[in-house]
Amino acid sequence: MNTTSPAPQPVLSGRGLVKRYGRVTALDNADFDLYPGEILAVIGDNGAGKSSLIKALSGAISLDEGEIQLDGKPVHFSSPMDAREAGIETVYQTLALSPALSIADNMFMGREIRRPGFAGKFLKMLDHPAMQRIAREKLNDLGLMTIQNINQAIETLSGGQRQGVAVARAAAFGSRVVIMDEPTAALGVKESRRVLELIQDVRSRGMPIVLISHNMPHVFEVADRIHIHRLGKRLCTIQPNDYTMSDAVAFMTGALEAPEIAAMA
Amino acid sequence: MSDDTRTPRKQQEFEQGLGRSDKSVAAFTPHNRSFLQSTQHLLHGHPTMIPVIVLILSIIIFGALAGPKFFSPFNLSLIVQQVSIIGILAAAQSLVILTAGIDLSVGAIMVLMSVIMGQLAVTIGVPTPLAILIGFGGGALAGGMNGFLVTRIKLPPFIVTLGSWNIFFALNLWLSNAQSIRSQTLDEVAPLLKLFGETIAIGGARITYGSILMLAIFAVLWFILNHTAWGRHVYAIGDDKESAELSGIRTNRTLISVYVLAGVVCAIGGWASIGRVGSVSPQSFQEANLQSITAVVIGGISLFGGRGSIAGPLIGALIVGVFNSGLRMVGVDVLWQLFAIGWLTIIAVAIDQWIRKVSS
Repeated sequence: MNTTSPAPQPVLSGRGLVKRYGRVTALDNADFDLYPGEILAVIGDNGAGKSSLIKALSGAISLDEGEIQLDGKPVHFSSPMDAREAGIETVYQTLALSPALSIADNMFMGREIRRPGFAGKFLKMLDHPAMQRIAREKLNDLGLMTIQNINQAIETLSGGQRQGVAVARAAAFGSRVVIMDEPTAALGVKESRRVLELIQDVRSRGMPIVLISHNMPHVFEVADRIHIHRLGKRLCTIQPNDYTMSDAVAFMTGALEAPEIAAMA
Repeated sequence: MSDDTRTPRKQQEFEQGLGRSDKSVAAFTPHNRSFLQSTQHLLHGHPTMIPVIVLILSIIIFGALAGPKFFSPFNLSLIVQQVSIIGILAAAQSLVILTAGIDLSVGAIMVLMSVIMGQLAVTIGVPTPLAILIGFGGGALAGGMNGFLVTRIKLPPFIVTLGSWNIFFALNLWLSNAQSIRSQTLDEVAPLLKLFGETIAIGGARITYGSILMLAIFAVLWFILNHTAWGRHVYAIGDDKESAELSGIRTNRTLISVYVLAGVVCAIGGWASIGRVGSVSPQSFQEANLQSITAVVIGGISLFGGRGSIAGPLIGALIVGVFNSGLRMVGVDVLWQLFAIGWLTIIAVAIDQWIRKVSS
C-alpha cells in the first residue's frame, strides 16, 4: 500500500448526496470517501456545504437524495443516535457536553450502563461505579488522566480539557469512524497542540477520522488526504505533500482550477 | 495510507517556542484556591448545603426565641404536616424546573384532580379506589397536555402553564359548582379519600399519613433522578437541550414524560389534600403554585435548569414551615412571615447565580 492508491473499500462513502433548504441547495450531488485508518480533512469556504455534509454523515440531518454506505452497505440515519449505533461518533464544534454534569455522566450520556440483576432490570438502576471506572480508563488511554475527580462538572474544566473529554467519548464508543468538527477552533496554541496529538493518537489505533477545519496548518499537519468542498460538492481530493496551503485555499475559493486527479485520488 | 510511508509531521514553525512552555494545559491538576473560590466550588458540588444550613440555623434561632415548646414533638410534626401539600407540589415543580421549564399549573391540577376524585366518588357513586385512579389518570393527561404544548407546538412553558392554570381552575369551578364536599359526607360515602389525614401518634408527635407520603415521594424521585438514565437525561436537558439531543437523548419524549409525571404527582397531592383539609374544597390552595416555586428556589434548584438536588425543595418547604411556625409562636404579625420568605427567595436566586459562575 502506498500513499497514492488507498485501500479499495472505503469505510464510509457517500454518492450523489443532495440536501436542499428551500431554494438553497446545500449539497449538490456531493460524493465522499473515507478509507480505513486515515485522517481525511474536509475543507471548504463558508457556505460550501461542509457542515451539511458532516451533519448528513453523522445523522443530524436527513438527505433529500443520495446514498451513504458504511463498509459497502447502504445505511440510513434519521437521528444522531442511528449513526452512533452504526459506530460513527461525532465531536461537534459545540462539543455537545452538559456543563453541569460530571465527566462520567457526560461520557455515558444516552448509553448508560445499568446494574446487573434485579436493581438494573426492574428498578433500572444505573451502575455508577462501572461507568466511572470505564470513563477513567478511557481518559487514561488518551493520556488525559491526571484527573483527581471523574465526578467533577464539565464547566469546571478548561477548554482543552473539555475538548479532551469530548474526543475521549468519541474514541471510546466510535467503532467505525470518528468525525471531528473544528476541534481546535476555540482553543489556544498549546491546547490545539494537545488536541492534534489526541487526534493522531486516535488514528494510530486504526480509527479513521474525518476532520473539518479552517486551520490550514493543522490540516496539512495531520491529514493523510484533503477533501476540498466547493459549491455543495466535492471539488477534488488532494495529498497534503503534493500541494501547498495556498494551493488548497486557491482550489477551495475557485481561484485555481481543480487538479485532474480529482475523481479518485 | 500506512504510517511508515508518511513523512513525520513537524510542529508548525510558529509553535516552536512551545518546547519550553508548561505542558500541563490539558492535564487535570489541582489549583490553589482562595477561601471564597473553595466555598463556591463546594456549593457547586453540593447545592443543597445552603438550604440545610439555613434550616438548621432557623430551627436553632426560633427554638431559642420561642422556647422549648417549639421543639416539642407535637410542634415539629405539625410543621411537617403543614408543609406536606406544598412539599408534594414542590416535588412536581422541581421535575419541571430541572428541565429549565416552570409549571404554574401544579396547584390547579392538584385541586382539579381532588374535585374529580370527590365528585366521582360522592356525586356519581364510582367506587372510591377507581375514582382515585381516574384522578391520577387525569393528572397524567393534564401534565401531558402541558408537555405536548411545550414540545410539539414549541410554546414557552411559562405561557403554556399560565394558560392551563386558568383552564384547570375554570374546569374545577365548573365540575364542583364552586361547592365543597363536606367532611361528614366524605366520612359516610368515601372515607378512603381522607386517608392521608389519618395520624400515627408517636409520643407527643402526631405524624399524618400525608407527611409520610410527602417524604416517600421525595425518596422515590431522588432515586429516579440520581440512579436511572431517565433522571440523568432530565438534568442534561435542563442543562443544554441541544447538547442532550446531539448526545442521542430523545429530548421531546423525555420532556413530555416529565410533565406527565409532574401531573401524576400533583394528582397524588390532590388526594392527600383532601385528607389535609378534611373536605374537597375547590377554593383551597389558590396560592399553592407560587408557594411551590418558592420552596424549589429556596431549596437551591436553579430556575435556569439542570442544577440542584431533589432534596432541596423538601428542605425549602420545611424552611418556610419553620419560619411560619416560629414567627407565629414569637407573636410576629403574619405580614413579616411573607417579608422574610420574600427575602429568602431573592437571596437563594442570587446565590444560585453566583454558584453557576464557577470556573476552574
